[in-house]
Amino acid sequence: MCGITGLKPTYGRVSRYGMIAFASSLDQAGVLTAGAADAALMLREMAGFDANDSTSVDTPVPDYVATLEQPLAGLKIGLLQEFFDKGLDPENERRVREALQVYEQLGAKLTVVSLPNLPLSVPVYYVVAPAECSSNLARFDGVRFGHRCENPRDLTDLYRRSRGEGFGAEVKRRIMTGTYVLSAGYYDAYYLKAQRVRQLISADFGRAFKDVDVLMGPTTPTPAFAIGAKTADPITMYLNDIYTIGANLAGLPAVSIPCGFVQDLPVGLQIVGPHFSEARILAVAHALQRATDWHTRLPPGYA
Amino acid sequence: MSAWETVIGLEIHAQLATRSKIFSGSATTYGAPPNAQANLVDLGYPGVLPVLNAEAVRMAVKLGLAISARIAPRSVFARKNYFYPDLPKGYQISQYELPIVAGGVLDIQLEDGSSKRVGITRAHLEEDAGKSLHEGLPGVTGIDLNRAGTPLVEIVSEPDMRSAKEAVAYMKKVHTLVRYLEICDGNMQEGSFRCDANVSVRKSGADKFGTRAEIKNLNSFRYIERAINYEVQRQIELIESGGKVVQETRLYDPDKGETRSMRSKEEANDYRYFPDPDLLPVVLEEKFIESVRASLPELPDQKAARFVSQYALSAYDAGVLTASRELADYYENVVREVPQEPKLAANWVMGEFAAALNKDGLDVTSARGKVPPQNLGGLLLRISDQTVSGNVAKVVFATMWSSGALADTVIAEQGLKQITDAAAIERVIDEVMAKSPGQLADYRAGKDKLFGFFVGQVMKATGGKANPAQVNELLLRKLRG
Amino acid sequence: MSLTREQIASIAALARLELTPAEIPVYQQTLSRIVDFIGALERAPTADVAPMAHPLPGLSQRLRPDVVTEVDRHEAYQSNAPQVAASLYLVPKVIE
Repeated sequence: MCGITGLKPTYGRVSRYGMIAFASSLDQAGVLTAGAADAALMLREMAGFDANDSTSVDTPVPDYVATLEQPLAGLKIGLLQEFFDKGLDPENERRVREALQVYEQLGAKLTVVSLPNLPLSVPVYYVVAPAECSSNLARFDGVRFGHRCENPRDLTDLYRRSRGEGFGAEVKRRIMTGTYVLSAGYYDAYYLKAQRVRQLISADFGRAFKDVDVLMGPTTPTPAFAIGAKTADPITMYLNDIYTIGANLAGLPAVSIPCGFVQDLPVGLQIVGPHFSEARILAVAHALQRATDWHTRLPPGYA
Repeated sequence: MSAWETVIGLEIHAQLATRSKIFSGSATTYGAPPNAQANLVDLGYPGVLPVLNAEAVRMAVKLGLAISARIAPRSVFARKNYFYPDLPKGYQISQYELPIVAGGVLDIQLEDGSSKRVGITRAHLEEDAGKSLHEGLPGVTGIDLNRAGTPLVEIVSEPDMRSAKEAVAYMKKVHTLVRYLEICDGNMQEGSFRCDANVSVRKSGADKFGTRAEIKNLNSFRYIERAINYEVQRQIELIESGGKVVQETRLYDPDKGETRSMRSKEEANDYRYFPDPDLLPVVLEEKFIESVRASLPELPDQKAARFVSQYALSAYDAGVLTASRELADYYENVVREVPQEPKLAANWVMGEFAAALNKDGLDVTSARGKVPPQNLGGLLLRISDQTVSGNVAKVVFATMWSSGALADTVIAEQGLKQITDAAAIERVIDEVMAKSPGQLADYRAGKDKLFGFFVGQVMKATGGKANPAQVNELLLRKLRG
Repeated sequence: MSLTREQIASIAALARLELTPAEIPVYQQTLSRIVDFIGALERAPTADVAPMAHPLPGLSQRLRPDVVTEVDRHEAYQSNAPQVAASLYLVPKVIE
């Protein structure tokens, strides 16, 4: 949506120690760069085991830069059927399919794969992430650091006003949602249920990767909306994440690269790989960026 | 038979004696200046993450094996979410649905000598909170987070106890056990070992439990007994006057000797437990569990049973001597010197030795420095071979305690050797009899009680050194005439 | 399904968030929307499916050796604290 390359590594590839925790089972530091080559360079420096993070995985970090130019011939690309649905803007779809044609010319084979539980990604995410966030943000209480309200009457007042004043509206909304889905009587129906559906989604990805090397699809259903245009209805805003959230839930590495413009707004193509396949997906992204120049173009007015 | 039955369950929190905290590398030593041992992880700063202390896990497994419980091959940490200033993250990392230890038992000895088996529902690992200080700070409370993150094992008993005395016996047994296992120093004044008591009453013979009240943070055996007894009375009186027991948390006030309801903690605590995503499941292999099992010391019950069979001691004596590993080891080292007199050794360790260390406020380890077990053994040898009498030995011991000298040295220097020469004793008896013709006549006329008078006189004349058995025997013969 | 004012107030209390009277209906509306939206999960076939706590399966918790690695840095840590005295973090008096 912003005309840049964005990479989210496999969960556990990059240490979370030092990052303000939002949703612990999803958080993963990534990079936003001008292209896959830069992303490979950055990731090579960022990735690695950290003893301070219990969820950090101890596997060697490959030289992502050295493998960027691996040939694509025979690459099996799975097109996520659930993403090419009526929610996808037809112009966005056209740009994405143009990019896919380039991959075919480079020797890749396209197949359609179905991940039937994938459409539930957004509701799953909007239970799990707020729940974990509501707990992670409890430490912001005005006691040891951060904003403290003026003249607290008592402890409860200290907590309520410091936190009420210190957090922005969307954060408070997520804390409220998260507190609700974890609360007594709702935990089973929401949090536990969402984590079970998450298992289903992850299993869908696992099954797909038996037949294909990478999965591809549009990054967003529509071009970018204007700032402030959709904040009234949270759900409409959340639904923009519909294509990318699945990879987060399954902890999979994914990269989004520009593949053209719709009404001067950039369109993104996402590439998702199995766990720890960053070298592969970066090379695949890089291949498109060698064969085309969408990632270097700026819309008129921004040059 | 009382109309009412008391039902008690205890939740014991024991601080594990690790060097560092459960989730951070901060020190756990007691008494450091405020917040000197609270690092960023303990303070719950943004961006910090927990990493689990291997020794805490090992200690929990030791405990589980010692109470014949099941060690969970896979256990999970969960977040218990609530707001309190001594809880920096706004949640406590604990274990909820999958604790590391499940289902154990502990046998306790009751006052009448009988044994009772108390069930233990579970034991789990969790982190301790910090401390709130209210004294000397007008209008504010000061928070010290040194204790935040110290590893705890929470031991939850079944509601199997039926009296305050049983509850105390159980708590003492757990206290002994954790010290035997060297997983907790059991220092209740420092807060290393605390307990909450869940107390309810029901009509005798009823099968449903009554509503229970929880008495929190009891940190002395005496307080527990008093608090429970007060609470039981309170509940009975409440029900008998038509009231209902409310499920609530109460505190014991030792000065007033009563329990009172805590200022209500809001929302009746919806802790919103969920598995902590920052920690992975703890997976323990059979090999590891077996290696911990192999490292277990002889447990209190095993040691007591061995003392009964090996040293022919009563169950009571064995129980007293094995109350701590240090005392039991001391005793066995004494017996090594005088193997023919295990009962004598038991009497002296439980008697003179225990009295001396209590008087000076010492623990066994410090007391060893005063009178090493070999030295006490040496003294007992001299009783056994009749060099000194039991009473004289007590005098010798007192000197040994204060000077650290050996028994033989003290006996020689103070000339305390027992007089066992029958002729010498007879001469003394003759003198005493000659000096007390009145008492002699009375005794021979039938006043048997005067025998003690003569014994006393003989002892006085010999400076207490005459062998008592010989004195008795010879006096009896001579007094009869 | 609509959340009541009382429910919103109760959640805000649990989360220690002060809400103005004007905010309550806003939260009622948005939270109700979100709750309806996540209701879609109900239909998913999750009988016999384990909840996924960690995205990478088969990993277990690493154990750290029991060594003290930290030193006293409380002065640095307390340098940005809202209120400190005698090295203690201060809050309004709490009565137990």
